[in-house]
Amino acid sequence: MPDWSKEIRERLAGVRLDPAREASVVEELSQHLEDRYAELTGAGAPPEAARMTALGELAGLSERVLADALPSPKPSPLPPPEDGGGWLSGLSKDFRYGARRLRLEPLFSLVAILSLALGVGANTAIFQLLDAVRLRSLPVARPQELLSIRPDPLKGRSGNFTGHWPQLTSGLFDHLQREQKAFAKLAVWSSDRLNLSAGGEVRYADALWVSGSFFDTVGVGALRGRVLGPADDAPGCSSPAVVVSERFWRRELGGRELAPGETIRIEGRPFEIAGVTPSRFFGPEVGNAFDVALPICAEDLIADKPRTKNRSGWWLASLGRLAPGWTLEKANAHLAAISKGIFEATLPADYDARDTQRYLGKKLIAVPLANGLSDLREDYSDPLLLLLGISALVLLIACANIANLMIARASARQREIAVRLALGASRTRLIRQLLAESLVLAAAGAACGVVLAQALSRSLVTFLSTRDSQWFVEMPRDLRLLAFTAGIAVLTCVLFGLLPALQASRTDPIEAMKTGGRGIAAGGARLSIRRALVVAQVALSLVLLVGSILFVRSLRNLITLDAGFSREHILDVTADFTRLRLPNERRTEFRHELLERVRGVPGLTDAALARLVPLAGDYWNEQVHVPGSDASAAVANFNQVGPGFFRTMGTPLLGGRDFDDRDRLGSLPVAIVTEAFARKLLGGANPIGRTVQIDNQGGDTTRRYEIVGLVKDTKYGQLRDEFAPIVFLSIAQDDDPRPWVSIVVRSDLPLGTLRPSLASAITGASPDVDILFRPLQEIVRDGLLRERLMASLSAFFGFLAAILAMVGLYGVVSFMVVRRRNEIGVRMALGATRRDIVILVLREAGTLLAVGLGIGIVLAVGAASLARSLLYGLQPFDPATLAMAAVGLAAVAAAASFFPAHRASTLDPVAALRDE
Amino acid sequence: MDRQLKKGSTELLVLSLVERRARHGYEIAKLIESRSEGALRFHVASLYPLLYRLEARGLLEGRWVERPGQRRRRYYKLTTEGRKALRLQQSAWAAFVEAMHRITQAEHA
Repeated sequence: MPDWSKEIRERLAGVRLDPAREASVVEELSQHLEDRYAELTGAGAPPEAARMTALGELAGLSERVLADALPSPKPSPLPPPEDGGGWLSGLSKDFRYGARRLRLEPLFSLVAILSLALGVGANTAIFQLLDAVRLRSLPVARPQELLSIRPDPLKGRSGNFTGHWPQLTSGLFDHLQREQKAFAKLAVWSSDRLNLSAGGEVRYADALWVSGSFFDTVGVGALRGRVLGPADDAPGCSSPAVVVSERFWRRELGGRELAPGETIRIEGRPFEIAGVTPSRFFGPEVGNAFDVALPICAEDLIADKPRTKNRSGWWLASLGRLAPGWTLEKANAHLAAISKGIFEATLPADYDARDTQRYLGKKLIAVPLANGLSDLREDYSDPLLLLLGISALVLLIACANIANLMIARASARQREIAVRLALGASRTRLIRQLLAESLVLAAAGAACGVVLAQALSRSLVTFLSTRDSQWFVEMPRDLRLLAFTAGIAVLTCVLFGLLPALQASRTDPIEAMKTGGRGIAAGGARLSIRRALVVAQVALSLVLLVGSILFVRSLRNLITLDAGFSREHILDVTADFTRLRLPNERRTEFRHELLERVRGVPGLTDAALARLVPLAGDYWNEQVHVPGSDASAAVANFNQVGPGFFRTMGTPLLGGRDFDDRDRLGSLPVAIVTEAFARKLLGGANPIGRTVQIDNQGGDTTRRYEIVGLVKDTKYGQLRDEFAPIVFLSIAQDDDPRPWVSIVVRSDLPLGTLRPSLASAITGASPDVDILFRPLQEIVRDGLLRERLMASLSAFFGFLAAILAMVGLYGVVSFMVVRRRNEIGVRMALGATRRDIVILVLREAGTLLAVGLGIGIVLAVGAASLARSLLYGLQPFDPATLAMAAVGLAAVAAAASFFPAHRASTLDPVAALRDE
Repeated sequence: MDRQLKKGSTELLVLSLVERRARHGYEIAKLIESRSEGALRFHVASLYPLLYRLEARGLLEGRWVERPGQRRRRYYKLTTEGRKALRLQQSAWAAFVEAMHRITQAEHA
């Protein structure tokens, strides 16, 4: 079959048709000729004759005839005026265009999205945590109505403080409940840790002591069974029921249906499980979820000395809801009116005059409790806010970097932009187009950042959890988080997109066209903006580096400081024999039996008894004075220890003697004090042979101890604390021994391997003894959580910032080299050496660096003072740290600018000049 | 046949042929040839410019149609506009023929 299309196309050549129409005409006419040809050959004509006939019939089809018949396409209409349709018209086109451009430059997009994702991810993760501990409401019905009642002022109370929020005593609550009229619902609670295992190594559950009205007050029902009610918390309850949390139910009971009368052993006693609370309810304390809730009356069954009976036993926190018609002001006036009677009725009998006066001077106040109470909030609000600031700086640096890259790209696109401006595109339209591109970038970065943030915030929570405190923080991905991230995305987009867009749109079309595609006309202005951006980056990264060095050095100071005892090779073995119900006089004896058994374990260097282990978070202090000394009375920390304690802990004995077997109940009460004690209470005089007198309890002179030894200063509560006076008493002379004791053990063997033999040695005395092992190293490490968090995160961010800043510097110096190619070529042609060129380029980089460092130092000094409370052994203005950060940054900057400088020096001057 | 007459009437021919159903160009050409018993014959050079002109004036609508087992073809169908034009031309043609008839009859009579 002949091909007709060529013949047809020839006739269409002069007709202006759009390609689709032309193809259609060619196909249609070809078909006709084919049909005609087939008809002719079918009728017996020879193919060549048929072809000629068909072509002959085409002969009359001239260009003119076709052009006449076929309307030529209208000259394509100008696109509708671009600003005519309002700001929103063509927006989706802008986004598609932006996305396409980014696909065309995968490397740029990858770098930009990655750095944005890191910045957004870090910000989102820290915001999420901050939101969870600071802003979130309790997961209860109408949390904004909840109030907490506590004495005002909280300070200046004496007695025993237990639980996380010791604000009320049982006596205060009982009287308050009876006399108040403002609250329709009122409840108290206390957090605790109780042992689930019966004998041997302890297994703790996070417990919540609740009054009978607790669940009704918070407004939480049961997921299974029932919650506790007033009937469960009757005074003198003998077989109380408990409620477990949904998490505990799944973890410990496998989430199965509860059998009627099913029990759980707590502190060795069986308790019936009444029900399970829903998963959303983690308790009244943010960051600390409960496992099991017990009625307060059960305290009497479990505790050796029930806090319910102790008038100076502060252990409860309260929550309540106002009765209809009451306001907070009215309720507070009411509380103030009844306070006097309540405090008078509950005055502890053993208070001295000063304590009594302070106690009776207090009143009860109600405060809103919508966000719950939180240790996490108290401890980590400031660090997290600071970290949020730090991560915001990182994001800022990332934005500066991307802005820098965008400006570089805008230079490359200058001709395109010039053409569009010349064709009548408006500046606003161009800016919008460029911003759309930025927004696509920002959205992609934010999306990756959110994913990153999930992993990051999880690991943050894990980081904050220690064995002693499992932080439980609920972090739902909610609207607030979404708003935050979206806000960040838009902000970054504006930050890195607007400046380059404004810059680009300021292009003078004529100038840009004149210089052809090289796009250097506006280079000068661009370079100065890029220079400013790099200066800002250097300054900000210096701030971050200074911060991270300060935090890392603080941590190092704390880790390496001499705490007065060695931290390695020491294991604290706490033995709790409450369940043996030993009478007081047998407890000291039993403690000794445990110590002797432990000493029999092979591999131990030393072992000694102690009431408290340093840095474990337990405090015991009293006001003391030394009769006959000029120094005034002071508060001293106390501990009770046995013979060999100082040797075991590695604390040097500076004078006098250690406790020994002579010190027993009935012999002369003795004490060993620290250097700080001698300094503060004796004006530095030798304390040995002097007497220390405990001040309170109304002039009771029985609490008077002869000082027989002097030891080196040791830390007591926290590593951060200054060395304070410590009085060590002999544990053998304890006339009121508690039913537990710590045995500190020193061994050169790995401490973990000792556990089984230590446990069997102790349970050999009685299977009902509960044991808790804590290596001192672990106690110290957990105590430094905040410092470790700040040091590691700020170091990470500082490092990130420095890298980003260096990428920026590298980019600007490279750009500068390209821009000054001709100049460099001329210089080289006129005899400049390679060294001269390297110096020329480095001088440029050096200027930027110097200006950046100068500004950075000023900022860093200001910013560091914000972190003063988180530093240790350092001042915020620390010249060594500043120097370290500046030198470090300068070194990396030199490396970053050396490559472009080297490239400039190897330029071929002939080639460079040929481009002129 | 007279050129002018033929030109004026060809539009009417084509429009009439697609009045009932859509047809492709070759089919139209064959129908004109067969119904006129060979007296009228349209070749590619004359038919298609006419079709395109009618299409451009909006009287016809051409569309590529695919039928199973056949190659695709461009079918032309009458538009509403075309239908009106066809009525107009038919009555004009009838009047013309009537007039011719009267005149020629009168001469003969």
